[in-house]
Amino acid sequence: MITAEQKPMEEIIASVAPFNSILLVGCNECVTVCAAGGRKEVGLLASALQLHFFKQGKTLDIKEITLERQCDPEYVEELVNSVDRVDAVLSMACGCGVQTIAARYKEKLVFPAVNTKFMGASERQGVWSERCQGCGDCVLGITGGVCPIARCSKRLMNGPCGGSTRGKCEISQDVDCAWQLIWDRMKALGIEKRYEEVMEAKDWRTSRDGGPRKIVREDLAS
Amino acid sequence: MEKFEPEIVALCCHYCAYTAADMAGSKRLCYPPNVKIIRVPCTGKVDAIHIMKALQKGADGVYVAGCLEGDCHFKNGNIRAKHRVKYVQKILNDIGWSGERVDMITMSAGMGERFAQTAAEFTEKIRQLGPNPIKLAVDQKSSAVGE
Repeated sequence: MITAEQKPMEEIIASVAPFNSILLVGCNECVTVCAAGGRKEVGLLASALQLHFFKQGKTLDIKEITLERQCDPEYVEELVNSVDRVDAVLSMACGCGVQTIAARYKEKLVFPAVNTKFMGASERQGVWSERCQGCGDCVLGITGGVCPIARCSKRLMNGPCGGSTRGKCEISQDVDCAWQLIWDRMKALGIEKRYEEVMEAKDWRTSRDGGPRKIVREDLAS
Repeated sequence: MEKFEPEIVALCCHYCAYTAADMAGSKRLCYPPNVKIIRVPCTGKVDAIHIMKALQKGADGVYVAGCLEGDCHFKNGNIRAKHRVKYVQKILNDIGWSGERVDMITMSAGMGERFAQTAAEFTEKIRQLGPNPIKLAVDQKSSAVGE
């Protein structure tokens, strides 16, 4: 899923301070799962903002709404009636959701309430780690199910490097060496031989290096 | 100016603090009438939004009273509550309120004295902090309208 973290309260307050009414929009998808912008967080942020502005002697009118998916125009359409009645929109979805709203409601100012972080998986309750960088050419099948691009600090295709010590990466004791994980997994699966095969230089054009990407499924798009 | 009497909301766990409050009553112990008790099945049921809404509706202070650490009837509900209270304290500090308006207190069902004592201490702390800023803002607005 896409992970996100709420922006510092100070920044959020500054973005909505000039307005008297805002629409606070959450999303039921990824940001709900990573507890950054679901219905619960929308309620909490609305409450915090109202308390803050009340103390300043101002009543900020906040309309709360949480869409099924903020990155889908069908769901963003649901805001059509409420958007007109507010001065600005504060979105708690990832960057995709914020942009979908901004594209649909061109006359309205839209502010993000979260910082979108990475594509990650849940390690345990409250802990998420980066697992995929969307390189566009998956190599998990030959690296024992551990991604060297998302999980190796240097994105080495043939690791480990000299900075790997006792299974940890040199950048931090809390970061596992991805290539150690790959080797351990290969050994457990009995496919160590594969490690000897040198992986060729990766073609990064399938990643962000080729510019903004797009998927067009003719069978669905037509 | 009339004397400020704080309104306190105490979210009390059924298995400990609520029973401790009962015990305090049976023992004829006095504790401030400012404390309004809301019984919850476990403090793990208390969410950050419940505390925020209590403040939004005018409570001057909110505390969550749960079992002693390690004694939660549902294993770790009180630990979860402790973290949530800490989270709310951070939010309050971030928005320019005082995080001290909310707190987490632990006790066992037999600690009637502790219930009465903590209720008195928390009430006193809130008395020192003063009224909920929302009340002050409303008072100022209504007096401005009066003028």
